Amino acid sequence: MSILEIILFTLGKVLVLLTLILLSVSYLVYFERRISAWIQNRLGPNRVGWQGVLQPFADIFKLLLKEDIVPDKANKKIHTLAPIIALFVAFSTYAVIPFGPTVTLFGYSVPLVVADINIGILYVLALSSIGVYAMTLAGWSSGSKYSLLGGIRSSAQMISYEVSMGFSVGGVLLLSQSLRPTEIVLAQSGWMWNAFIQPIGFITFLVASFAETNRLPFDLPEAEPELVGGFHTEYSSMKFAGFFLAEYANMIIASALIVTLYLGGWQLPLIDTFGLPSGIVITLQILGFVLKMGMLLFFFIWIRWTLPRFRYDQLMSLGWKVMFPLSLINLIWVAVLIMVFNI
Amino acid sequence: MSLQLVLFIVFGTVSAVSSVLMITRRDIVVSALFLILNLASLAGLYLILNAQFIAVVQVIIYAGAIMVLFLFVIMLLRPENEKKFLEANPSIKIFAFIIGAVIFLQLAYLIFFSGPDNLNNASVAASVKAGTIEEIGKQLYTNYILPFEAAGFLLLAATIGALVLAKKKFE
Repeated sequence: MSILEIILFTLGKVLVLLTLILLSVSYLVYFERRISAWIQNRLGPNRVGWQGVLQPFADIFKLLLKEDIVPDKANKKIHTLAPIIALFVAFSTYAVIPFGPTVTLFGYSVPLVVADINIGILYVLALSSIGVYAMTLAGWSSGSKYSLLGGIRSSAQMISYEVSMGFSVGGVLLLSQSLRPTEIVLAQSGWMWNAFIQPIGFITFLVASFAETNRLPFDLPEAEPELVGGFHTEYSSMKFAGFFLAEYANMIIASALIVTLYLGGWQLPLIDTFGLPSGIVITLQILGFVLKMGMLLFFFIWIRWTLPRFRYDQLMSLGWKVMFPLSLINLIWVAVLIMVFNI
Repeated sequence: MSLQLVLFIVFGTVSAVSSVLMITRRDIVVSALFLILNLASLAGLYLILNAQFIAVVQVIIYAGAIMVLFLFVIMLLRPENEKKFLEANPSIKIFAFIIGAVIFLQLAYLIFFSGPDNLNNASVAASVKAGTIEEIGKQLYTNYILPFEAAGFLLLAATIGALVLAKKKFE
């Protein structure tokens, strides 16, 4: 393929992914409201369209048409920059997640991932470490106590949980011997899913991703009873929507990452034994990836409406005294496995 | 123009402009933000030089971890006090100028007089191979194991030292 063709194919993949993500983010908000209503024995949004399926569009129009208020004491440029960083980080992380095997399209072989790079997992970690700035800067630039406290809480929380997240990923990298997401997926063929081989690492990564996405039980940066709205107290209109979209986009990326690293990615066990034509197999594999992601997203929402929030000192001691040693134990466990079984 | 040259111009301009803006801003938080932009654009330059691992580690460690701590400290402390300190001791500016000039001369000497010719000999394929994470890991754990372990030991000692100092305050 020439450079021009590569650029065209990549742009095509980016456009398709971006549209899908924006759509799924707005529908994730809808599903969260419906599921929370179901858990709390309410009805939830069911007026706009059939069963409220057009509710996301109504929400977006409401947010777009609202007045954008910037506080007097705010640093206006950084106040605008913060939600942009949040959205940039949330969307650009999808570039390295493989959502299917390599397919043949118009005579070209196209891998179903935007950028199949050698340092894919480190790229994700790098972007998530940049994502801390969105909240820190939002909190600082608003010129409000609640925002500042929320921003500082969020940076301390994210830095703490990034440690156990990084060490849990270490176990996966040891087994697959590569940082390339496509190879990590291929290393989990059959039932060799990392969730079964290293369950402790799976749990620590899951907990860390809850903390990284600021979801309950770790949503202290925006704890309503103490901090009004946390780092986004002073945000309104589309800038607020930016943070809102980024939070849900981060939930989707977290579940996509967990599926890629621990649940076999797009691979379905035993699918080769049925002798189906390759087109159907690839479609089933992509659907399998989406289904695994959907189940994890439901889990995220389910946890939010089931568990109460941690206290701040509990959050920190859980991160450093429980999750961090557990992720180290997992690393040793994987190293011993490799030594004994020579995987 | 090749793609590489275009990218070099983009990242080079961003890093040069952001470094100038970093030292000329009044607001210390804005300065820190331009430093982050500068470090990130340097990561782009490393990528053009096929040093993918260095590039991504630059973003994780410098632009991510270290600068977050910098911002954290700046936000919690009051930078106004620093301004008063500078106004009370104007002679400190002379020291800063001398140190800056010495470092600048050293860098200029390294760039212009210490022969960059021997760097250009390496072929592109070799430099691509040398930049991968596999190759760096292999080198670190074979040829450079002693300095690597020494650095790790030093960092561990520093971490324990920081913990001891922080604990003392609360007791």
